[in-house]
Amino acid sequence: MSVNEAPRVDLEVVARLIKPRARVLDVGCGDGSLLEFLQTDKQVDGRGMELSQRGVNECVSRGLSVIQGDADRDLGFYPDKGFDYVVLSQTLQATRNPKAVLDHLLRIGERAIVSFPNFGHWRVRLSLLLTGRMPVTRDLSYSWYDTPNIHFCTIRDFIGLCEEIGAHVESATALDGNGQTIGFSMPWAFWNVFGQQAIFLLRR
Amino acid sequence: MVAVTRRRKLNEADDPSSPVLRFEPGKPLNLDAGTLLSPFQLAYQTYGELNAARSNAILVCHALTGDQHVANTHPVTGKPGWWDVLIGPGKIIDTRRFFVICSNVIGGCLGSTGPASTNPATGKPYGLDLPVITIRDMVRAQSMLIDHFGIDRLFCVLGGSMGGMQVLEWASSHSERVFCALPIATGARHSSQNIAFHEVGRQAVMADPEWHGGKYFEVGRRPEKGLAVARMAAHITYLSEAALHRKFGRNLQDRDRLTFGFDADFQIESYLRHQGITFVDRFDANSYLYMTRSMDYFDLAADHGGRLAEAFRNSQTRFCLVSFTSDWLFPTSESREIVHALNAAGASVSFVEIETDRGHDAFLLDEPELFAAINGFLRSAARARGLDDGP
Repeated sequence: MSVNEAPRVDLEVVARLIKPRARVLDVGCGDGSLLEFLQTDKQVDGRGMELSQRGVNECVSRGLSVIQGDADRDLGFYPDKGFDYVVLSQTLQATRNPKAVLDHLLRIGERAIVSFPNFGHWRVRLSLLLTGRMPVTRDLSYSWYDTPNIHFCTIRDFIGLCEEIGAHVESATALDGNGQTIGFSMPWAFWNVFGQQAIFLLRR
Repeated sequence: MVAVTRRRKLNEADDPSSPVLRFEPGKPLNLDAGTLLSPFQLAYQTYGELNAARSNAILVCHALTGDQHVANTHPVTGKPGWWDVLIGPGKIIDTRRFFVICSNVIGGCLGSTGPASTNPATGKPYGLDLPVITIRDMVRAQSMLIDHFGIDRLFCVLGGSMGGMQVLEWASSHSERVFCALPIATGARHSSQNIAFHEVGRQAVMADPEWHGGKYFEVGRRPEKGLAVARMAAHITYLSEAALHRKFGRNLQDRDRLTFGFDADFQIESYLRHQGITFVDRFDANSYLYMTRSMDYFDLAADHGGRLAEAFRNSQTRFCLVSFTSDWLFPTSESREIVHALNAAGASVSFVEIETDRGHDAFLLDEPELFAAINGFLRSAARARGLDDGP
């Protein structure tokens, strides 16, 4: 379900946000890299959900506790506050109903960690401005007609959604094109232009 | 040769070639039917050695027409064990590291008490005097066998189809005794369609005049035709349309043209007839009635107030479910329902759906993805249990 081929620098940031021995659900866990890292380095009790059967089978053969499932359809089966953290990494933009998904994350987990590509990044803006076509960049490599990313948003948009559903932002991190963290002192407007990816720690 | 096989078969019911655990009158089996079965016996096979901590035991639960001969040559058919591809020294379930137990279920016909066993009250085979057996009864009997080995907690319970139902029952009613559970190609209940197919099979057996109201042994006969037809119908449900067509198509059997008669013109007819005929050599017709009934009666959610998640409340067991894309007897949706219930119960669960055209029977075959999933799941569970997780 992780639909970006880009190097997953965001995973390190996500991992830093998680306390050792926590209960973690990784929604869209892909091949299980984050879960495996969290299990070995932070001794978490990790579970995963992944849309692609190939990803699931790979995870299970690696000994991870992962089920095949769809964030839009299957999150409703999890009980309230069953996890300390629910991670949704590079997947929000591929869901049919991001608002409902985010609602579920905050219901299932004490905290939700959401990372997504920022559609407000200057490279995206420039591409649309100069070519007049939907941006295809190194990190967003799909054409408009075959992309699984159907609900792109900017960092600004995401903050708007958080306010709307009453999610409190505990911390936020933006990464630039080289995967470097952008200083926290910078204003949102700066993040929204220079952040290529954003990682939010949310709580309700 | 046939006569020898038959004698062997009758002997297997009372005095099998496997080790037998006999429960004397002081140790009855409580049946869901509301009666006590006593005395009764369980025939079983074991492979490998139980470690000093008694923590390396794996219980294998067999399917409808399976038996305890999971990884050794079958005493009646002379064929390899039914899960020989998976279990043995150096195999995925490595008997050099694990102690593997497989017992013939209660109601079976290979040495555990079943309708072909001698009823001590009459000196004749039970026939239909044996109470109807449920999946829960089978598991209750197995737990008495596990007690006998002095094992508090099994490392793993696994099985496919009816075996998978037993796995679910184990994980539900004896959760604290199951470290990890591997139910394959199964469901938490038998669907209406599945009950329907079983009913066709039972009616075929009972319509055979040689069935004699279930007392065929007493008159020295056996309802072979009826049982063979039951097996033929059932066998179709174990395969997929795609696999049947790939294997047989409309190919003719040893002939160039249609005979305009009712011989086995088509290869598929010949194949099914063969399946039916070979089955009756190794299986008891009444036992077939009991086995199919036990599956029909299984409904784990109904046993827990209609909520499947309640069956797994507070479960510490680690689960891995497996389904196959072309299995229409226990389709993926059945496994997914269990997965959702386990999620709702907060249990640890993995779920793998394997792409194959080999239908329900895929769980018995050499399926590399199935083996990879079982291997990965067991390794990580072994690590968590503090066992050697293998090379």
